Amino acid sequence: MKSPNKQQQIQKTTKSKVTGDNIFKILTTIIATSALIILLITGYTLVKGSIPVVQNFGVNFFFGQQWNPVEGREIYGILPYILGTLTTSGVALLIGVPLSLGIAIFLVEMAPKSLRVPISYIIELLAAVPSVIYGLWGLRVLRGWMVTYIETPLSKYLGWIPIFSGNPQGLDIFTAGVILAIMIIPTIASLSKEVLTAVPNSIREGAYSIGATKWEVTKRWVLSYGKSGIFAAIILGLGRAIGETMAVTMLIGNATGPSAMPTSLFQSGQTMASLIANGFTEATAGSLKYSTYLGVGLTLLIMSLVINVGAHLIMTRVFKVKGGAIEQ
Amino acid sequence: MMHSYGFRKFKNHLFFIICAICVIIAIIPLASILFEVTKNGAPQLSLTFLTGTNANGGIGPAIQGTLILIGLTSAIGIPIGILSGIYLSEFGNNKYAQNLRTINNIITQFPSIIIGITVYGILVLALGSFSALAGAIALAFILIPIVTRTTEESLKLVPNNIREASLALGAHNWRTTLNVVLPTAKNGLLTGTLLAVARIAGETAPLIMTIMGNRYFFQGLNQPLAALPLEIWKDALQPYPDVQARGWGAALILILIVLIVNIVVRIATRSKMKT
Repeated sequence: MKSPNKQQQIQKTTKSKVTGDNIFKILTTIIATSALIILLITGYTLVKGSIPVVQNFGVNFFFGQQWNPVEGREIYGILPYILGTLTTSGVALLIGVPLSLGIAIFLVEMAPKSLRVPISYIIELLAAVPSVIYGLWGLRVLRGWMVTYIETPLSKYLGWIPIFSGNPQGLDIFTAGVILAIMIIPTIASLSKEVLTAVPNSIREGAYSIGATKWEVTKRWVLSYGKSGIFAAIILGLGRAIGETMAVTMLIGNATGPSAMPTSLFQSGQTMASLIANGFTEATAGSLKYSTYLGVGLTLLIMSLVINVGAHLIMTRVFKVKGGAIEQ
Repeated sequence: MMHSYGFRKFKNHLFFIICAICVIIAIIPLASILFEVTKNGAPQLSLTFLTGTNANGGIGPAIQGTLILIGLTSAIGIPIGILSGIYLSEFGNNKYAQNLRTINNIITQFPSIIIGITVYGILVLALGSFSALAGAIALAFILIPIVTRTTEESLKLVPNNIREASLALGAHNWRTTLNVVLPTAKNGLLTGTLLAVARIAGETAPLIMTIMGNRYFFQGLNQPLAALPLEIWKDALQPYPDVQARGWGAALILILIVLIVNIVVRIATRSKMKT
């Protein structure tokens, strides 16, 4: 009586073992494909959407400066926004990289143990603050600081240099660059910290043993040992700066057309991301303007892809790990 | 190297001071943001502010909208992210998974506004209106790759002998994964997922072209929705002091949500690591 039942049971479990495991594996495989689907959807939407504008203007879409949405005389060139993106990110790197490296060196080489963890937490909290709050703070607080303490003196004494020309009013490329610098500090600082931590102690000990000071050890041995990792950290920071939208949109002044060409730091500008944030919802789907925004989006995406993949390749080599085990 | 020892020592001290100054400079913005948001936002807080519509001087719809978005996005994104992570960690020893991992890393770095215009192109146009659903999908696109990666990394930390022990007891593979490996990794999973959710709660750019904003409370998944980040953005650009004050109040609520999650998670994981 009992034995066939048991056998049945065993048979059942063996059967369900096979199917259960297979189902689970197939299910997770299908779901994991969602990453590929997101990539394909994004690529498809952007490429398909930007075909009309590229067909219409050809190379001039990328190298033109005009922005005329009047129907019948529409001209869209996005060079000012490409350059605006590069300029703000450049300013962000010039300010943010030295600060981030200072922080990383302080945390790894100098800080007393009791300070290391709290300071790292604080730096990481900087990354947690939402972009729109940076924008609000930038608009109400940083803008005032910039005008009073930095831009006015610079324009007074160095106004003859073209990049400092113009009348400082705070809503400009410089302020946008500074807010970006603050926002990329956590990325670059914490990655550089990892890189410096990974420098073997034997290198430091060797240098100290021949009588070098801490500064000399850091400059000549530690930094040079970690330089490709630090380079990758900087590139990842650049990647973050290029795609950053809200804070920049609120601070850059949002110029369009040839006046958005970044000729001076104290001038309103526009980045690709801020252009999309400002005008995208006003464009009717299917219009040339709509296609323009998708074209801008595609350009931005390609730039950010090149930067991030580049950084990823360097990182993978530095840490000798398989894809992305190191997170910022 | 030819300099005197005194000069080298001086340079060393100077270097220390410069690095310490870098740290201070980086802390100033965070301190100032917290100070200003509290100073300008705290006086706004009241029951009407938290529950009323804009017409009544409140941000109720925005708070409700953000909570709805967090809920919907988590419901869509977290299961997908965790299952994808399970695949990459437990079955990920092949070329296909390797490629998926790379793709996942790439889409983690997508500018969020790109996700916004994509979802506009595929969903908002198809549905014919801005909607809560489109917003949740856009945020899920951001959430999924982060959760996938966190899951994979947490599961990889689970020692293999725990899996083997479970299999040796006769448990099936999928049972082992769900009942043994996942619970073992739950701290890491919880931390990573909460941080990811806190991050998407503050996302603004993709919301502009998906949920659009709404002056009223939730009206349905296919209708425009209000959200805290959008409220802050719109209020900040208005010239009226009372509207700007409302924006500060909204910023205080948002930053409280985000920072409390961050701080609690970090303190919790820290005490776990110590033991």
